[in-house]
Amino acid sequence: MSTSEAKAPMSDVAMIELLHVKKSFGAVSVLKDISLRVPRGGVVALIGPSGSGKSTLLRCLNLLTIPESGVIRVGQSTMDFTNGHKLPRDKELAAFRARTGMVFQNFNLFPHMSAMQNVMEGPVTVLKVRPDEARKTALALLDKVGLKDKADVAPDKLSGGQKQRVAIARALAMKPEVMLFDEATSALDPELVGEVLAVVRQLAAEGMTMVLVTHEMAFAREVADTVVFMRDGVVVEDGPARQVIDTPREAATRAFLSHFHSGRLPAAAASA
Amino acid sequence: MHYEWSFGFLLQYSKLIGVGTAYTIGFTIITAITGFIVGCIVAIASLSNMRLISSPLVMLVEIFRCTPVLVQLVWIYYALPVLIGVELSPAVAAFISLSLYGGAFYSEIIRGGIVSIDPGQWDAGRALGMRRFDLMRRIVMPQALKRMIPPLVNQAVLQLKNTSLLSVLAVPDLLYQGQLITSATYRPLETYTMIAVIYFIILFPMTRVARVLEARLAH
Ligand SMILES: Nc1ncnc2c1ncn2[C@@H]1O[C@H](COP(=O)(O)OP(=O)(O)OP(=O)(O)O)[C@@H](O)[C@H]1O
Ligand SMILES: [Mg+2]
Repeated sequence: MSTSEAKAPMSDVAMIELLHVKKSFGAVSVLKDISLRVPRGGVVALIGPSGSGKSTLLRCLNLLTIPESGVIRVGQSTMDFTNGHKLPRDKELAAFRARTGMVFQNFNLFPHMSAMQNVMEGPVTVLKVRPDEARKTALALLDKVGLKDKADVAPDKLSGGQKQRVAIARALAMKPEVMLFDEATSALDPELVGEVLAVVRQLAAEGMTMVLVTHEMAFAREVADTVVFMRDGVVVEDGPARQVIDTPREAATRAFLSHFHSGRLPAAAASA
Repeated sequence: MHYEWSFGFLLQYSKLIGVGTAYTIGFTIITAITGFIVGCIVAIASLSNMRLISSPLVMLVEIFRCTPVLVQLVWIYYALPVLIGVELSPAVAAFISLSLYGGAFYSEIIRGGIVSIDPGQWDAGRALGMRRFDLMRRIVMPQALKRMIPPLVNQAVLQLKNTSLLSVLAVPDLLYQGQLITSATYRPLETYTMIAVIYFIILFPMTRVARVLEARLAH
């Protein structure tokens, strides 16, 4: 990029923009004035020690957690929480969330629905898509994550890796502008991690804007453009993925990264 | 002691008994449904953060949980009309008190069922952009209902037993008809034995069903 990137047009390109976001639970300040921007098609990896506020930040991005101050913009929708602004109503929150896809550590699939019904649920209930149409889309998405043959299977009959891929398909069914992943592979047996990462890698290649909270450093280094290192509710360091992970500037980042082997990822099990 | 048991005379009262059984079952079904609706409203209100609505409802529930049905029944029939200035028929008074009494207990069952659902399910539904009502209808309630069914059936069993109190207000339920038959025939032993048997025939299968559901849904 040239030097002109600092000029105004950049903000038109940013898909996600956070300004001075703060959040505390009771007396504990969990996010202390966080600002962040993710360009359209950008992939940001959010790393940091346990309790540093990564999940809270991610949940603020789709307002599962309501920040107490700051501004959050995703695509065209802006939510302003600076003083004097009314808290958004249920309807506004729902509309905002419908544009972002979220994938959870514990999958959170709907256990009373088949894989297919899980994927159809958002489009049918929220977007009022006709069921036959939603079914077609759902099948295509299950195919995309390599689970076309599991369409009618209940979640409890799926492996962790399969559950997470259904969860990704479920989020994609809403045609989100951005995808948020909160430790999507942390609950998985090591041999199942690859199949999920392969799907994420493919989404990145397709130009999906993503924010990934992850402990997979090799994966972050490979897939993310930007790595953001958080500690105690502040962004300690951010920058190009390779630079932050290979040659961190801050001592805190170095200390955190020293806990991880710097080994590369094993070739992902190609299942997508 | 010697007593000549003879149930034959009851046959001529079969119509009365039929009406009584219908009242008992009818009142149970109707007040189970209205009680469930009351319970849902109270449960959802008490789970919401709307103090203004939930506090009085929770208070009401406590009143109905902590006083006997018989007292409520009599109070609603005799005292409530004085307060609101509207005469209530015995059936309406019975309907109101059994609905509210049932609702008080259903609301606790429903609340318990709802809070037992993993918060991750709420997150997942919200993340899809679901609004409150859809979240309840599509995600939380279908899962919670499964867990609520056994205690709800148990409560319905109690509800049916409570209908026997309607006789106090001369609502012609099973017990009331028994009293009528007794006063006409002076044969309380056979009459009340039969009444007990009818209650048992209705309730025993219900408790079995509750047991089976409990076992099936336990895992
Ligand atoms: N709903 C909540 N109520 C109270 N405290 C909370 C809540 N959610 C998070 N916290 C607290 O906020 C802090 C940050 O939590 P958060 O889950 O964002 O951290 P994290 O970086 O995602 O950690 P981990 O790597 O363990 O997932 C923690 O101290 C946590 O205990
Ligand atoms: Mg977390």
